[in-house]
Amino acid sequence: MDMKKIIKMREMSNNQKGVIKKVSASGDIGRRVREMGLVQETPIQIQGRAPLKDPVAVKIRDYVLTLRNNEADHIMVEVDE
Amino acid sequence: MNNKKTMKNKIVIALSGNPNSGKTTVFNAITGARQQIANYPGVTVEKKVGHVTHKGRKIEVVDLPGTYSLTAYSLEEIVARDFLVNERPDLIVDIVDASNLDRNLYLAVQFKELGIPLIIALNMVDVAESRGIRVDHQQLSTLFGTPVVPIVARSNRGIQELLDKVLEVAQEGQQWHPAVISYGTDIDQSLDEIEPIIEGSKIFNKKYPSRWRALKCLEGDSQIIELLKRDPSLGQGIDAICKKTSKHITDTLEEEPEGIIADHRYGYITGITKKTVKRKIEARLNLSDKIDKVLTNRIIGPLIMLAILYVIYVFTFSASEAPVGWFEAFFDGLNNVASSVIAPGYLQSLITSGIIDGVGGVLGFVPLIMFMFFAIAIMEDSGYMARVAYMLDRILRWFGLHGNSVMALIVSGGISGGCAVPGVMAARTLRDPKERIATLLVVPFMNCGAKLPVYAVLIGAFFPAHKARMMFYLTLLSWGFALFAAKFIRATVLKGPKTPFVMELPPYRMPTLRGLLIHTWERTWQYVKKAGTVILGFSIILWVMMTFPGPSKEQVRSFEDQRIRLTQSFLASPDVNEWVKDEKGLAGLNDLYDSYSKATKENDRVPLADSNKQALLSLVKAVLFLESDRLSKQETGDGLLNAAACYINYTHDIINVGVQEQQSALKGTIAGWLGQRLETITRPLGFDYRTNIALVGGFAAKEVVVSTLGTAYSLGDVDPDKAGSLSERLKNNPDWNPLVAFTLIIFTMLYVPCIVTVIMIRRESSWKWAGFSIGFNLIVAYFVALIISEVGAALGLGV
Repeated sequence: MDMKKIIKMREMSNNQKGVIKKVSASGDIGRRVREMGLVQETPIQIQGRAPLKDPVAVKIRDYVLTLRNNEADHIMVEVDE
Repeated sequence: MNNKKTMKNKIVIALSGNPNSGKTTVFNAITGARQQIANYPGVTVEKKVGHVTHKGRKIEVVDLPGTYSLTAYSLEEIVARDFLVNERPDLIVDIVDASNLDRNLYLAVQFKELGIPLIIALNMVDVAESRGIRVDHQQLSTLFGTPVVPIVARSNRGIQELLDKVLEVAQEGQQWHPAVISYGTDIDQSLDEIEPIIEGSKIFNKKYPSRWRALKCLEGDSQIIELLKRDPSLGQGIDAICKKTSKHITDTLEEEPEGIIADHRYGYITGITKKTVKRKIEARLNLSDKIDKVLTNRIIGPLIMLAILYVIYVFTFSASEAPVGWFEAFFDGLNNVASSVIAPGYLQSLITSGIIDGVGGVLGFVPLIMFMFFAIAIMEDSGYMARVAYMLDRILRWFGLHGNSVMALIVSGGISGGCAVPGVMAARTLRDPKERIATLLVVPFMNCGAKLPVYAVLIGAFFPAHKARMMFYLTLLSWGFALFAAKFIRATVLKGPKTPFVMELPPYRMPTLRGLLIHTWERTWQYVKKAGTVILGFSIILWVMMTFPGPSKEQVRSFEDQRIRLTQSFLASPDVNEWVKDEKGLAGLNDLYDSYSKATKENDRVPLADSNKQALLSLVKAVLFLESDRLSKQETGDGLLNAAACYINYTHDIINVGVQEQQSALKGTIAGWLGQRLETITRPLGFDYRTNIALVGGFAAKEVVVSTLGTAYSLGDVDPDKAGSLSERLKNNPDWNPLVAFTLIIFTMLYVPCIVTVIMIRRESSWKWAGFSIGFNLIVAYFVALIISEVGAALGLGV
């Protein structure tokens, strides 16, 4: 069986897939990311990063969402080891 | 409410949907060109209303702002929400992107909870199918409990069916039926507790369903928290329930109620979409993703971006060159007509120099601005603008701005030749008020199209060898000033946290010509309307300032006396007596000189003088030879030469009197008085009263700086509108040198935004910030110019 581990979204590499396990952001950021569909058990895939490695683009629910690295820190993702 | 009343006349529908769901395309497809733009009361959010008659029924379509949700955290969402409950449209048509169903339904669920009759327009079913996503719309309709109409708005497919459905639902005259969605035991329980409290309270009107309000209490919605303050005991009761629930959820689930609510909404949606969406292929890279691999590539991406911006710059300027010429020709023609129809005097001067020149100067830019907007509309409608924001966010964030600020900066002149008026409007996409105001305040630093003529004249005069390079440096400098000013503003008066950059990268789409034209027209029209009216007023004010009170009678007479004295002493001179004897003879000489020198300059055939003017002709020839330093001894005797020299001196003296008269006339006006008073402040920068007058005029519109300098430095006989000749005059003026010119260039770049921009800033923020913008920019401009001037002088550049 594949081993799973939970990491921050920022730490994911390009094209890596994973499933959101926790969104710890609150306030404005928490609201924004949730209404855009970043909630528990949602599968995501890292699409790429901006030229200065920030923000990050994520494929989620059939569309591409971008968010800054410090926002991605609040999102814990389960990925294959 | 008044449902029955509106039913009789017309059906009112609200058009809603996520940004990028194709809402605008649907709106245009339904209403065509019959639309009006206004603002929602009290806010700057645009409200578009269109009309259509379908099967004999009048339908009014109100375009709600594109939103992802219905919280109270952005102006657009509050506006949408308030419109729905206050205006009570008959029904809402929610445009849902079929290729991105989950997120689009998040808004639809909230409409269901609000209870308003709802139709889902399933848009872009063709795009979805090309990506292997097939939505069973009947199943969706059954499970979601609302009518669903599949459409392709771009090609008008399904629009008639959608309107049929609108009539059908409106005919039923449905009441509001708020849907109840389960948010898990904890939340449901507290909703059950709060709902009756709200139901029984008098501070709430019945516009919103009570359960919706209860939910908003748990979400910590600012609008409802404001309302609760009106009844403290009630508020405390509800607050206690919310706190208890929140603590319980945080303890057991390590989440806040808001998170749980969002989780459940998405859970509800996923439950439905799992049964309605069939995927043929497992999510592969679609075309849009593939394009992004190139356009947002770490190395090629920024290069392509620069190339695209450069192409827009070239396109805008080359395409608009001819139409700008037509506009100029049109206003010139208008001026000629006005001059010939109206008798010379104050009225003619007001209409020609004041109104036509002023308004024409600004409206002359319309083609340029239109092409600029067209190019920007392509960037927006294709989805590329979002990529630019994405790529530049990291840099802009360091300066306290936001990825989305880039749009406003580019429109305002980031690639030279924009306009701050639409730039200020473009800042609307920024959600955070502090980031938005900071952007508003720095966009006037960019090199808008009106500053370019000023640069052109000064560069032409003092840096002729480096024209292109200077323009490039000035572009870089304006970015630098704007960004560092933003950083300063965000660290001082607009201190505050950075807002999140949670932004969708919409799929690339081929823009439709209709969409592009509508976008371009809307913005251009706003510019014309504002610029037209405001500039008209200010042109008149400026004209008054530069005309009145004007020279006194004594001054006019003294210049006239000077002229008479010069003429008398010229005629009295023994050298000229042989050729010219009286004033009539002098007039003849003047005429002959004018026609002869004009003919020589234009290489025309020199007109044959009749025999009794032969003597005079040889004098004119001698004058021209003397002036051109080409002496031909055979033709000119000593006496002739002396007479020619006399004539040359005489004409120069007369011109000088004219210049002095103009200048004293200018000094004698309100603007002149102001310019002279300002000299005490501007002397360190090397600006005299004439430059000051020009800068005061530039407050109306920056291009006025050039025309005013032209007037102030005019030499009477030279066409003051010709930039080239102004360049010459400045170059030859002892008060001017490259350092003064460069100081003026930078000062023009930075000092007060033009009046139209100030008015727009006020509209988008407040008088306070509009006033701040004037003061701040003036101070920055002054000190930067002072530093340049002082450092330059210390380095010995000012010679």
